Amino acid sequence: MLNVLWLQSGGCGGCSMSLLCADTADFDGLLAASGVRMLWHPSLSLASGDQVLALLDDCMAERVVVDVLCVEGAILRGPQGTGRFHLMAGTGRPMMEWVRDLACVARHVVAVGSCAAWGGVSATGANATEACGLQYDNSQPGGLLSAAFRSRSGLPVINVAGCPTHPGWVMDTLMALSSGTLKADDLDPLGRPRFYADQLVHHGCTRNEYYEFKASAEKPSDLGCMMEHMGCKGTQAHADCNTRLWNGEGSCTRGGYACISCTEPGFQDPGHAYHRTPKLAGIPIGLPTDMPKAWFVALASLSKSATPRRVKQNSTADHLVVPPAVKSTRLK
Amino acid sequence: MSSTRLIVGPFNRVEGDLEVRLDLANGRVRSAQVVSPMYRGFEPMLVGRDPLDALVIVPRICGICSVSQSLAAARALADAAGVQPPPNGTLALNLLAATENVADHLTHFYLFFMPDFTRPVYAGRAWFDDAARRYASDGGEQLRAMLAARARWFELMGLLGGRWPHTHSLLPGGSSRAIEAAERLRLLARVREFRAWLERQLYGAPLETVLALRDEVQLQAWAASGSAGDLRRFVTIAADCGLATLGRGPGRCLSYGAFPDALGTPALAPGLWHAGRVTPPELDTITEDATHAWLADAGGPRHPRDGLTRPDAAKHEAYTWNKAPRLAGQVVETGAVARQLCAGQPLVADLAQRHGVTVYTRVIARLVELARLVPLMEGWLQALAPREPFAAPLNLPPDAEGVGLNEAARGALGHWLRMEGGRIAQYQIVAPTSWNFSPRDAAGTPGPLEQALVDAPVQPGEATPVAVQHIVRSFDPCMVCTVH
Repeated sequence: MLNVLWLQSGGCGGCSMSLLCADTADFDGLLAASGVRMLWHPSLSLASGDQVLALLDDCMAERVVVDVLCVEGAILRGPQGTGRFHLMAGTGRPMMEWVRDLACVARHVVAVGSCAAWGGVSATGANATEACGLQYDNSQPGGLLSAAFRSRSGLPVINVAGCPTHPGWVMDTLMALSSGTLKADDLDPLGRPRFYADQLVHHGCTRNEYYEFKASAEKPSDLGCMMEHMGCKGTQAHADCNTRLWNGEGSCTRGGYACISCTEPGFQDPGHAYHRTPKLAGIPIGLPTDMPKAWFVALASLSKSATPRRVKQNSTADHLVVPPAVKSTRLK
Repeated sequence: MSSTRLIVGPFNRVEGDLEVRLDLANGRVRSAQVVSPMYRGFEPMLVGRDPLDALVIVPRICGICSVSQSLAAARALADAAGVQPPPNGTLALNLLAATENVADHLTHFYLFFMPDFTRPVYAGRAWFDDAARRYASDGGEQLRAMLAARARWFELMGLLGGRWPHTHSLLPGGSSRAIEAAERLRLLARVREFRAWLERQLYGAPLETVLALRDEVQLQAWAASGSAGDLRRFVTIAADCGLATLGRGPGRCLSYGAFPDALGTPALAPGLWHAGRVTPPELDTITEDATHAWLADAGGPRHPRDGLTRPDAAKHEAYTWNKAPRLAGQVVETGAVARQLCAGQPLVADLAQRHGVTVYTRVIARLVELARLVPLMEGWLQALAPREPFAAPLNLPPDAEGVGLNEAARGALGHWLRMEGGRIAQYQIVAPTSWNFSPRDAAGTPGPLEQALVDAPVQPGEATPVAVQHIVRSFDPCMVCTVH
């Protein structure tokens, strides 16, 4: 069995709450079938207080093997590097010290969510709490742990980034670790598992026909593509949100709002209002990944001039106003 | 037994990090200090940003009540802009909020509260083996069934708002996700499926039967009339463990009111409940007192409109990162029990009258509310008018003030916002557990939990007293909101 110890640091607990939405008829059964044993989890375990401290003691002394240390939430290093902004309850000791020490005895270290990976929303603005990720400080390698850190397995911190994480990303990671199949080249250059980070949010987006014709949404609830005006970064953001859906049939774009690229370092400070696309001379600054600007401009102007009336009209409505034509002949 | 000090933590199965410090004498808690050992600083984070960025930032205060935070921000912005959602928008926002509220109550009961009755200290009680089989943290059968029902329930969010948590579809003018006719029917079917689960597993009766119970006598008679469901089991366990007299709160309960209809009339009325009477809450008398928080307290207690959040980790008299909110200088409790008391729910009112607001009353109030919310949701879904607008356009003035009040599952949540030059100039949040787990104020008056813990029994040798755990968890605390 894979012994998993889960700690919550400077965050909202949303990745744990998301995990409990895993697509399964029996969450406990899923863990067991995946070979995962929770040594302790803040929301799931019975143990509280002195029992937890005894367990942490056993882990530090290696009387209990920690196969995976999962950390949720940013590391709060402030004020002035003391870690006083987050003392682990019952211990009077900064959480950052607990995490640093436990990372040294764990076989694998997993950052669950963008706070634990990069600092995330916890690090936004002036970052008064000196929040950082486990092995990144925003997009800079080296956070609480150095850029050179490798856990006992030889892997760097595995960054299951997202705000929150999709339950499937966490479960797939734990299952891969449990089966011994997650290797260094299964992680992308930012340490994210490739099984979800090699996709773009754009893949499977239900607004793709609007994207093709640059038929754009102009206000919230419009059906059109949200890239041109509404701040959507789905064509750049690494995640499989529109092929591996959320809470049944959902995703951010399906919910009527822009992808804010919550799996990427720095998404908390985009340099513009989230709901508006930054542009230069009328062209969005953030172009689709792997697409040269000249091509995008040429394609956009061509497709705008060729937009079917149906697509155009529907793009600025909150429900279908023009259905696709029904052809009187057999489809060819 | 002489006086001793006990530090309890980490305190799990609460949302976030919590420490409780107890002074014990003669096998009881003599006094308690509630410690929120983390500072996050969301209020200063928001200052200087585009006002609508709040809709992205504030849900991330909390992973369990993120929609409640979004809704409070949306209302504060709506207040500042003077915009009113269209009828569908109001219904959609109610549905989003109620979906989260229902899930939180369910999660609290099965995942956070009931497992404590499977502790070895209760071995030998008549109900123990049954409770251990049903509510054990590691594989209890009802707990497993609940997690499956909860995950399925949250699939409502996929349709209503894209995903949960951190749902961005909530807008000042309504919802960004218009519901189509077929989707409305699918949502209704899902709610009915969940109703059937509740009636089979949790209540062992139709929701309407539970809601018709008007007092403790009727509740006890109904509980004795059958054996189905976890509510009946809770009533039995509560009687055996004396939960009706455990953890008495300050006796004043605040609700901002919840779930407005198209005219703004809330399904659950706002109020301040005290000694069986409900009066309108005077919101201008809210203050936050930072005397015992590691936060600057220059100028004394402040209304959140003019609130201040500036860390001061070296402050000597402080013991928590949480301020002490007070209403007209009084300590008040908030949560489902406050909502149901202010809304005049007969059973909860009777329990509060007989026993006070205690562990028992709080848990029953949550289960009553859960039973009330599902039929309300069915009604809102029936009322949705597909193809009519779900969102009103927003014109945000560059300079304005707004207040957004809302009821999260765990109680009264308020956002106070001021914009200047099109940017956020001031943002203050008073969260439910800020009220419930507040520290002492300048006068030395302890907060609600600090009062509720006094006299809690502590058995010899208990390092993490089980009675203390029942009391703490009965508030369904959310510490991450508290330390926003």
